[in-house]
Amino acid sequence: MNGPPISRGFRGRGRGSDASARVPPGQHLVTDFPVLSAGPTPPADLANWRFAIDDGDSPVGEWSWEQFNALPQTDLTVDIHCVTTWSKLDTSWRGVTIDALLEAAGLAEPPGPFALIHCDGGYTTNVPSEDLVDGKAMIATQFDGEALDPEHGGPARLLVPHLYFWKSAKWVQRIQFLDSEVPGFWEENGYHIYGDPWREQRYDGD
Amino acid sequence: MTATEKSTSAPRRLQWMTATVRDVLDETPRVRSLVLDIPGWPGHRAGQHVDVRLTSEDGYQAQRSYSVASPPEAPQVMLTVERLPDGEVSSYLAGDLRVGDSFELRGPIGGYFVWIAALGGPLFLVGGGSGIVPLMAMLRHRAAASSQVAATLLYSSRTAADIIYRSELDRLAGKGDAFRLVHTLTRERPSGWTGLARRIDRAMLAETAFTPEASPRIFICGPTPFVETAATHLRDLGHTAHLIKTERFGPSGR
Ligand SMILES: Cc1cc2nc3c(=O)[nH]c(=O)nc-3n(C[C@H](O)[C@H](O)[C@H](O)COP(=O)(O)OP(=O)(O)OC[C@H]3O[C@@H](n4cnc5c(N)ncnc54)[C@H](O)[C@@H]3O)c2cc1C
Repeated sequence: MNGPPISRGFRGRGRGSDASARVPPGQHLVTDFPVLSAGPTPPADLANWRFAIDDGDSPVGEWSWEQFNALPQTDLTVDIHCVTTWSKLDTSWRGVTIDALLEAAGLAEPPGPFALIHCDGGYTTNVPSEDLVDGKAMIATQFDGEALDPEHGGPARLLVPHLYFWKSAKWVQRIQFLDSEVPGFWEENGYHIYGDPWREQRYDGD
Repeated sequence: MTATEKSTSAPRRLQWMTATVRDVLDETPRVRSLVLDIPGWPGHRAGQHVDVRLTSEDGYQAQRSYSVASPPEAPQVMLTVERLPDGEVSSYLAGDLRVGDSFELRGPIGGYFVWIAALGGPLFLVGGGSGIVPLMAMLRHRAAASSQVAATLLYSSRTAADIIYRSELDRLAGKGDAFRLVHTLTRERPSGWTGLARRIDRAMLAETAFTPEASPRIFICGPTPFVETAATHLRDLGHTAHLIKTERFGPSGR
């Protein structure tokens, strides 16, 4: 088989940096923080904000903004990778790990093997439960030491940095644990069901 | 067992295809359209995009997304690229690339920011700069399908010279088939200019959008701050969030 066509005159400038080992295939580094979402940014209403965990259709935990902020907080500095090909290194977040939320709900482990994340605006995304625990994911309320900007998902977004960033759903409201895998919004729209950037799982079938 | 093995839908793998440049059109001083021959192109819907992958002589690759500008009815796929200062990929696609050159792409991608004539309307399109591209595919599709759905395009450009597809838009607006074209310029007001001359704001959207009672399908595309502003105002004006679809091309602008 022939290789890809060579674009003579295309030099590119992304290669050879010390950081390249941290950049998955097909990604390039940015220093700003691009915004991508499917619809308008919902207004934050902290007085009525709730975060809930459900086991199937049964609620197992619910927190107001005050209660949520009284839970143990964790700081995390991670690299993030967006399916639209930008990556950003060393982003710092604060929030509550899913482990801490499960513990606060009196659960030793996720009540089902799959999770469907529900957000303001009806957006959903699916993540296997094992990708949410052992410190791998949190509900983040701060970015870079500041309250999370609504454009970036504030008051709270899921952060699952080892998967493409659409999985880190903005304006998160609820995690529903399920016995079977239910594809979320982008996953229904042609994006990969799992979304591992290191295996370049961008689209269905990758 | 991994989650991937649980996927139920039969994967439709997006293959990398080779696109060959058949024609290059200068739309504005900084914007160029590429007319492409793509053997095996599976067809697309208006609003979808492709991922382009360039390979340099030493094997380095870079990948970016570009909206399809042509309607599904067109014989060739067209992309329209704005050359950004120091833009790694755009300065090549809208610069050095020549007729007869080839590069890789795959798609179409995205089932969300899509309009097909059968969905009906009214259709309210809001574009900033190169954000016009997927909206143009929708307008071209509307014309090709002889759709009479009421449609309005509110299109913000820096200067009159930066307006992409200007004469084609004028031609579409002149057909008298319920398509209304509203230009606004943010960096100049040329003499004799009859359009608007300010950044999009709430009053402008209130005047140009259909009423919320008409339940227009709204598509907003452009740089992130532009999209944020338009979407927030439209929601505040009473348009239902699920009818407002957005595509953000650019950086945060901050
Ligand atoms: C779904 C989707 C569809 C898109 N469709 C189109 C399209 O139809 N036509 C088109 O021209 N572009 C489109 N884009 C943007 C495109 O993917 C690239 O981001 C853009 O061409 C810049 O890439 P680059 O390699 O030239 O610049 P880079 O080398 O990535 O960036 C160069 C500099 O420009 C800044 N920059 C990056 N993007 C923008 C921007 N959009 N505006 C201003 N400054 C920027 C960066 O912060 C950086 O400082 C689309 C993006 C998405 C996500």
